[in-house]
Amino acid sequence: MKNAQSTTTRVAGRIAAGVAAAALASTMLAGVAQAAENGKFRVGIVTFLSGPAAGPFGIPSANAAKVIVEGLNKGALPAPYASKGINGAEIEAVIIDEAGGATKQVEEFRNLVQRQKVDAVVGYISSGDCLAIAPVAEELKALTVFYDCGTSRLFSEDTKPKYSFRTGLDAAVDNIGAARYLAATKPDITKIAGIQQNYAWGQDSWHDFTLAIAQTMPKVKVVENQMPKVFQGQYGAEISALSVKKPEVVHSSFWGGDMEAFVLQANARGLLDDATVVLTCGESALDRFKDQAPNGSIIGARGPFGAFAPKNALNDWFVKSYTDTYSMAPTYPATKMAQAILGLKAAAEKAGGGNGTVPTADAISDAFKGSTFESVAGTVKMDRADGHQAVQPISYGTYKYDPKTGKATIENVMTFSGDCVTPPDGTTSDAWIKAGFPGAKCN
Amino acid sequence: MRLDKTELALIGLAVVLLLGGLFAAPGWLIFLLTVALAKALVVQGVVMQMKAGLVSFGQGLFYCVGGYAVGMGGQFLGISAGLVLLAIGVVAAVVLAMILGLLMTRYREIYFAMLSLAFSMILYGVLVKSQELGSTDGFNVNSWTLLGQTISGGEQATHAVFVLTVIAAAAVAFFLNRYYRSSVGMTCEAIRENEVRVEYLGLSPRWINYANYVAAAAVSALGGGLTALATGHVDPDMAYWTTSGEFVFIALLGGTGSVFAPFLAAIVFSLVRTYAIEFLPNAWQMILGFTLLGIVVFLPKGLWSLFTRARVDAPVSAAPSSTSNTRTGGARA
Repeated sequence: MKNAQSTTTRVAGRIAAGVAAAALASTMLAGVAQAAENGKFRVGIVTFLSGPAAGPFGIPSANAAKVIVEGLNKGALPAPYASKGINGAEIEAVIIDEAGGATKQVEEFRNLVQRQKVDAVVGYISSGDCLAIAPVAEELKALTVFYDCGTSRLFSEDTKPKYSFRTGLDAAVDNIGAARYLAATKPDITKIAGIQQNYAWGQDSWHDFTLAIAQTMPKVKVVENQMPKVFQGQYGAEISALSVKKPEVVHSSFWGGDMEAFVLQANARGLLDDATVVLTCGESALDRFKDQAPNGSIIGARGPFGAFAPKNALNDWFVKSYTDTYSMAPTYPATKMAQAILGLKAAAEKAGGGNGTVPTADAISDAFKGSTFESVAGTVKMDRADGHQAVQPISYGTYKYDPKTGKATIENVMTFSGDCVTPPDGTTSDAWIKAGFPGAKCN
Repeated sequence: MRLDKTELALIGLAVVLLLGGLFAAPGWLIFLLTVALAKALVVQGVVMQMKAGLVSFGQGLFYCVGGYAVGMGGQFLGISAGLVLLAIGVVAAVVLAMILGLLMTRYREIYFAMLSLAFSMILYGVLVKSQELGSTDGFNVNSWTLLGQTISGGEQATHAVFVLTVIAAAAVAFFLNRYYRSSVGMTCEAIRENEVRVEYLGLSPRWINYANYVAAAAVSALGGGLTALATGHVDPDMAYWTTSGEFVFIALLGGTGSVFAPFLAAIVFSLVRTYAIEFLPNAWQMILGFTLLGIVVFLPKGLWSLFTRARVDAPVSAAPSSTSNTRTGGARA
């Protein structure tokens, strides 16, 4: 009896293993067959599809990529992107998950380029992933467009990029913009506090913000900063610690669930009755705050994105198509993804070649470098890091919720031009802020 | 020195891998194999302790130490010799393990697992708060040299790390194979079975575990250093508990039956994962979960039991008399 049973398990085990091996082998063959040239412009899209960054950033970005790719393939976009696909070639998007850390992302990036033979990669939210991918992109000579990650170290360490570009803005811009907005709208405040997630993003944001505020508002004193660990979710102790210092403004680089939890809890505990909160990533939860965020809270979108995007035919088309498909307006990560793909299309078409051909990575990167293109968020100049980093204005505004319609809007919008908030080439953001923004041209 | 079958197979496989990798395999596959083999070294560290009945949920600690030693040695000490960087990582891990081991070896079972996890999370916490080291973003590894040759990107770098990793993996497996068959190695299994009896034999389970723990740390740090050289980037995630969990996952996938098992499991794991990501970008974790579930249900001794079962079965049907070699790596009827 026992013997018979173990034989059955053994056979079952072998069958299972055999099936698994066969499946694996067939997928590998399928992968090879698929990688053959098919005349399409294949783009790898890498963004968070799982984990905490998926909800607020990754999924809206992936959705935006689908909307834009579908629209371009149909030739449905308004000018100057009315032509079909990229350079006449149909776009084929390969979407993969960014979760899992930098080592895995380097592996998957190589798989995209060498196995799936993508013509370009657009993606990366995590700064750690961007830092790890940039040298690999150069090594493999693979055209790569970083659309969201904000680290200032991306192009300062890797001094001579050729194939990597960033159409999103440097995170220092967010905080310089926030400091300028406060100086313009609340010139009389004297006490500022902060709460940041204790990881690279939060640490860098607070570092840049305190340096910038010391320049724009020299009278302001920083009275408190709390650094809870990322994804903590409960901020009772931190809110108490902030409350006793009676700040007039609380700066936070929180995002996603942490940001919503903090706003909800700080509002309930009365911290936000006396203090105005500045949320540098606030726009990503515009539709979800409802009456939980007090009116007048200052929110940003890391550039002129999402609800801050200027009115133009491209953005009207994008907002409408996105809203029709996903029944909510695109937030800033969605706009940034759309911008990155449009930038790629503009560069590839500038690189030329016959209709329907896919230009080489060298040709596209030469055309991309230092280019100016129209995007859903206005005109973008690839004007920093030797023509590899985008320069755009940044906007901040205040939150306004209408309980009757259940809709949130943004008021008192101020936009600072790119040259007002972006350090010139050859200067680190640190040194530029400390020197008092030399050469800044503000409108 | 007489080589047994396993050792001959090891050398043969290493040569086949090297030749196949250098002349036939596409770039992505070479890289995938490099990272898989480097991670398999960390898994070897986990398996070494599993043999003695200890499950380390914090092997990421030494993986991270090895990786950061390579990164920091290049970044702050200005050392560019790849082999020296790897050696620094191994030495650092050994020193750390010699200190932690004094405490760790007093614990067993879940207490050992939790304590090992705690130490790796302490390193994670320290790294996250070190802004000079890039906090969670980590930093890139400088270009390095191998025996005087500068390795600066391109196919050459991929191949150099691949060769280095295959040789390191084969060497470690070679010594581990001898170690497992030595009296100390055998004692590890005895400790798992019955620690009190081992003490009655006049041996000290604690010090054997200690030596085992330190050796496992060295092997894991080597894996971390090779991973850092291959990917060119280190970050605190290397010490995060999910990374350590992945090593335990791979160890269970392979089983403890042979020194080949962790390598096989790491390669299968990487291939399953990369194709799962490609074909099911929204549900790739589910595929990995089902894979482990399938292994646990159908192959409780890991992937390697496919091979040992075949070996046990064969004599029964073909030649019933020759059943002398039935060491099946802990598979008990």
